[in-house]
Amino acid sequence: MKAHRPLPPGIHFIQGNQALAEGALAAGCDFMAGYPITPASEIANRLSQLLPPAGGVFLQSEDEIAAICAAIGASWAGRKAMTATSGPGLSLMQEGIGFAVATETPLVIVDVMRFGPSTGVPSVGLAGDVVQAARGSHGDYQIVALCPESAQEMFDFMIQAFNLAESLRCPVFVLPDGFLGHMREQVRIPPREELKLVERRLAQGGDPMSRVDFLDPQVAPMPVFGRGLKAHVTGSCHDRHGMRNLTDPQVMHAYATVPQEKVLRRRDLMPPPAADYQEGEVVLVAYGTVARSARAAVALARQRGLAAGSLCLKTLWPLPAAELARAARAARALLVLENNTGQLFPYVKAEAAAHCPVEFMGPRLLGQIHEPEAVAARIQEMSP
Amino acid sequence: MKPLSPAEHPLRKYFRPHLKRTTTCPGCGNGIVGQAVLWAIDELSREDGLSLDDFAFVSGIGCSAWVPSPSFAADTLHTTHGRPIAFATGIKLALPRQKVMVISGDGDLSAIGGNHLIHAARRNLDLTVVMINNGIYGMTGGQTAPTTPPGLRTVTSPYGTLEPNFQVAELVRAAGAAYVARWTTYHPRQLRRAVKKGIRKEGFAFIEAVSQCPVQYGRVSGLGKAVEILEHFRRNSVRLEAARGMDPLELEGKILVGELADRQEEELGRRWRRLHQALSGEAA
Repeated sequence: MKAHRPLPPGIHFIQGNQALAEGALAAGCDFMAGYPITPASEIANRLSQLLPPAGGVFLQSEDEIAAICAAIGASWAGRKAMTATSGPGLSLMQEGIGFAVATETPLVIVDVMRFGPSTGVPSVGLAGDVVQAARGSHGDYQIVALCPESAQEMFDFMIQAFNLAESLRCPVFVLPDGFLGHMREQVRIPPREELKLVERRLAQGGDPMSRVDFLDPQVAPMPVFGRGLKAHVTGSCHDRHGMRNLTDPQVMHAYATVPQEKVLRRRDLMPPPAADYQEGEVVLVAYGTVARSARAAVALARQRGLAAGSLCLKTLWPLPAAELARAARAARALLVLENNTGQLFPYVKAEAAAHCPVEFMGPRLLGQIHEPEAVAARIQEMSP
Repeated sequence: MKPLSPAEHPLRKYFRPHLKRTTTCPGCGNGIVGQAVLWAIDELSREDGLSLDDFAFVSGIGCSAWVPSPSFAADTLHTTHGRPIAFATGIKLALPRQKVMVISGDGDLSAIGGNHLIHAARRNLDLTVVMINNGIYGMTGGQTAPTTPPGLRTVTSPYGTLEPNFQVAELVRAAGAAYVARWTTYHPRQLRRAVKKGIRKEGFAFIEAVSQCPVQYGRVSGLGKAVEILEHFRRNSVRLEAARGMDPLELEGKILVGELADRQEEELGRRWRRLHQALSGEAA
């Protein structure tokens, strides 16, 4: 039987979704569960080719609920696990995502965002799940979400996402949109030795009552299954030993807040925004494919002598609050560009509005690209 | 004879040492089913050299899910409602040497989790699923389940249920499971043997344990307390072999007990091992 092999190191001209799948394998992913959905299917197609020859497993699940649950189960069995979907599938996964947060399970969730609500337009990109990714599951929690803007970042961010998931023991999102998933462009696949891969710390021996398995702000070593560690893992409120506790308010508080603290104190591990602005400029805030329009608009505006800059976010959650505030203090005004009607906008405003005016601009037609000319015209309006 | 203290109970070693009590109501069938599972494993420890460390127990939401979680001194994953089989599928595919057992309720496995149940049976992955069927939602206060007998008045069917009920073991057999059995809590030895056979079975094994919930089901059915419900199980259980020759009218309201399926099909994990070997160039 002929085994499919990953692309060799070097320069390739490939689709975003393929770059992402190659990145997953390079990151050490050895388990994927998924359900077919446009515009994410190529990820499952490619990983179902690549995982088995590498000793991994691809499971085509009966639905997206099973996909996320199986991936969580595989992670507890010691694998680097992932799933990939689009908006409708992500809606189905939400309960499982909360479970992964609560049980501190390393996991990568790829959501190739498409035009919604509902079935919407499967093959048209729209940054419609930006808030769903962070707030879609019930309860109070913090998520990590990376947002690539190129096929290269589809590859690179999978390495970073798995590393973050392993080091912080939490689910990590990669949030491209459908345009990026289907677009083909140049990708450099680095040689193996250039990649820095992180593996989770494992609990060593003992009994759960004598170990700290959960709720350590510094990330507890994971008591993965099959090693005689007798771990107890539950999505119910639990103490540091993993034992269910539904009566102690102190435990409840720690159960909800420590996993948040654990993520928030390690923002240094997450890709920072790309800043290109000077004092007194109109600064465009953008992410994903829209960041490409933002850069083009800034170039156009500068050609016309306008003071314009950009701050392109790579990590959406936790929101890079300090960088946004710094930009707002320097800028004449912020203009938030999103391919939606303003999902991240209120969060940006909350960080920036005390320092400068903050405005929003969607594309002329939702789901289409921001025309750099139109953005440059808006910069002109906002300039002195 | 002096009764055993809890510390002297021969199954105490299988419980987490720090636990002092269970969470079940007096008369609950969970204890009988939990014991059947642990006695089966106890026998396998002597016969097959297994220990609890060879197992991962997975359960969903509901009273039955608290049989292994957190009691069993083993890797235990207490999951979201209806999804234990989906989680267990990931564990088993990722860690094939581990025995993976799901213990959960009829609402969890056949209502909200019905899709995972039939697909797991179709895949014939080597899981052992013990479904404790008390015919009602116990934890939430006695609502109608897909297993509630037609006509029964519950808190959500105050005029009697209008819907027919699932025969879950038959459903799972039809979906392709390798081993399927149904017993009641009146049959603890048969249950133990079925669980043991299910664990040894290489393939998807499903054991339905018809059980009593005296607090919720006993109240609404008028069957009363645990002993009365067990007596009901005794009087109304019919062995599958005997049922084959009986009139369908005679079988109305009866509980058919015994083995519904015991077949030898290649299990999914074995297929995966063959694929991995073929792809790595080794002889399959």
